[in-house]
Amino acid sequence: MSTGQVILSFLAGLLPLALLAYGLGRRRALAVAGGQDRALHSRPGFYGWYAVVLMAVPAVAMALLATLLDLLGLIDAPATLILAAALALAAGGLWAAERTIQPGLRARNIVEGAVRWLLITAASVSILTTLGILLSILFEAMRFFQMVSVWEFLTGTTWSPDTAFLGGAGRGGEGQAEAEFGSVPLFAGTFMITAIAMAVALPIGLLSAIFLSEYAPPRVRGAVKPALEVLAGIPTVVYGFFAAITVAPLVVDVATALGLDASYQNALTPGIVMGIMIIPFVSSLSDDVISAIPMSMREGSFALGATPSETIKHVLLPAALPGVVSAFILAISRALGETMIVVMAAGLRPNLTANPLESMTTVTVRIVDALTGDQEFSSPETLSAFGLGLVLFLVTLILNTVSLTIVRRFHEKYE
Amino acid sequence: MAAPNLQAEKRIRQRYRRERRFKALCVGAILLSVLFLVFFFTDIIQRGYTAFYQAQIQVDVTYTERTVNLPPAAVDSEVRPFVSRGWLRQLPDHVEQDPGLMGQTVTRWVTADAPVGQYLKGKHSGLTEEQKATVDRLREAGRIELAFNSHFFTRGDSKMAEMAGIKSAVVGTILTLAVTMAVAFPIGVMSAVYLEEFATDNRFTRFIEVNINNLAAVPSILYGLLGLAIFINFMGVPRSSALAGGLTLALMTLPIIIITTRAALRAVPDSIREGAFGVGASRLQMVSHHVLPLSLPGILTGSIIGLAQAMGETAPLLLVGMMAFIPAAPEGVTDAATVLPAQVYTWASMPQRAFDELTAAGILVLLAVLLTLNATAVLLRKRFERRW
Repeated sequence: MSTGQVILSFLAGLLPLALLAYGLGRRRALAVAGGQDRALHSRPGFYGWYAVVLMAVPAVAMALLATLLDLLGLIDAPATLILAAALALAAGGLWAAERTIQPGLRARNIVEGAVRWLLITAASVSILTTLGILLSILFEAMRFFQMVSVWEFLTGTTWSPDTAFLGGAGRGGEGQAEAEFGSVPLFAGTFMITAIAMAVALPIGLLSAIFLSEYAPPRVRGAVKPALEVLAGIPTVVYGFFAAITVAPLVVDVATALGLDASYQNALTPGIVMGIMIIPFVSSLSDDVISAIPMSMREGSFALGATPSETIKHVLLPAALPGVVSAFILAISRALGETMIVVMAAGLRPNLTANPLESMTTVTVRIVDALTGDQEFSSPETLSAFGLGLVLFLVTLILNTVSLTIVRRFHEKYE
Repeated sequence: MAAPNLQAEKRIRQRYRRERRFKALCVGAILLSVLFLVFFFTDIIQRGYTAFYQAQIQVDVTYTERTVNLPPAAVDSEVRPFVSRGWLRQLPDHVEQDPGLMGQTVTRWVTADAPVGQYLKGKHSGLTEEQKATVDRLREAGRIELAFNSHFFTRGDSKMAEMAGIKSAVVGTILTLAVTMAVAFPIGVMSAVYLEEFATDNRFTRFIEVNINNLAAVPSILYGLLGLAIFINFMGVPRSSALAGGLTLALMTLPIIIITTRAALRAVPDSIREGAFGVGASRLQMVSHHVLPLSLPGILTGSIIGLAQAMGETAPLLLVGMMAFIPAAPEGVTDAATVLPAQVYTWASMPQRAFDELTAAGILVLLAVLLTLNATAVLLRKRFERRW
């Protein structure tokens, strides 16, 4: 029996049982009350739900626990056994519910409590996700850092994992060059492309936001805003294709016309396209902040004789600054983690250079490259993806936290 | 008295000039974005629309014992290089389906090899001059034509461009998103209900809130690392399966659903809640009878936006192996599958020119679906939005 079938048959057993439990519980409650629901503590439906809770909670808890223990290798039980045990427990719970239903039973309070716990469990999934990301990356990254020192990883300037692959395949010879995992060129490439993207996105995004909130008549705003939202809805893989097949040749042509030498996988192309992708992100966040500034501040400035642009520069932008800065930081964090555009349009070769027309690679490109190859999972190259992922996670986490803190601390309360 | 006035007027003119310049700058920024959008769509449509029709060639197909074993021999040597090898490989299936064909010669329209189509569409084809002349001659004679490309919608991936289609990717996308929504929607709505309606403002609640805001900004590729390490390596979910991809995307979509659902719940005024409590409703009754039904349009809008985002996501799916070569549509959530964006990515990295237009056509389909989804969300919001 495959995992899918087990889960399916578990649900197939549990759902009809739940229906049955609801019906039985409700009928039982009415029966013990002699058909008069006024004699009951709660509405009859709550007794139905009470039976469902008593039936499902132990069964689901047992199934989850057994599966977890099985995954951890602590017990070795066949899935069918767990399944049968859980369903038996469900039947037992249903029987217990039937036995305990009395007019005085506070079914409503019990069901409310159960629902509250269900909701808390659901809300905890987000914590578990963060924990899951952190632990899964940390755990594999530790294995990587046992092979490569952290210092070498953070300060080395050569990234050549290919020879590690030969070693992993048992073909590492005497004269074989040592595999090197110096991540500086990857981070340099990442920051270069991010910087280009921000150079495109910040001015255009901010000016667009100013136009939308201060200059545009409502009809223009109503037409342009959805257009920007379309820009935000385009999948990154589409931007990647567009960058690689349309923008890259354009950039190379322009560079050649200017007498410069450009690679088809230059850093400028993904930078520009990523910048365009982030424009709606910057503009909608900035638009929200600028629109939230009360009219009275604009009117005060106009009354002193300031032109609209002077009002924007001297009154609105300073007031909106914390919001704009936090949008900017969030945009950086997004550019750092962007994957598909760079995978498709940037290079694979780590290259430490300041020339954006040369081919460069980024952290995310190397993660994808390391994990989509046909290497053994425990090879240093594959595990290096988790080392890079850890750094990416920490950097974006810090940026997000800083951005949230700025918003919270400097948020203007307009009365 | 005249001098200061002149100076003041000059200054005013200067300030107005600056005003105009600044406004022009703002208009320019917007125009740039809109121009890019126009350029982008023209470019993709221009590249992609040709993939919706493909070359067909009329040939005499001979069905004999020999040609079933050696399909290329079934057609005349003159047209042999122009017939799709993918089509020829299906020859034994034809005989199996209709044994009466054996020993007959049938004249029929068959799929032409990809370079023929590329040549007819005026693109670089790699055909020799001699072959081009033959194709031209056959076209004059009405034996080669461009027709609607039904393979694109009815077949899965193939290494031969003329036989490749998006069907398996579409099925994979539907399965993956079904898993995603089955997990993310209930958990997301329950989390939001807890945070908005049940939770008191304590440290645990604030921790969850910070967490959700952070998760919304975590790079998507890290969810791929999570999916790989936890779902595949730890839990043993089959690699490349819709289940693995769907679960990964579910965790990614969760913060979006939670944030939009909370906004929808917050839009319901407190008087509704107080009214419900006033007639003796419990918190659960208040939420399930009043607040949830009233905020349902907002919740659905948010979920559709989350769905659209999950549908366009590629990076985490590459890491859980959903970029495999999938010729046949998956039949269940544990079969190896691929999704539309991943299919686009795979095609984009194919060396043959004919795949360029397929990639662009795949993008067109993807964009059409995404735009429809987003438009539905906007309409839903406009139609049911309620100002209290």
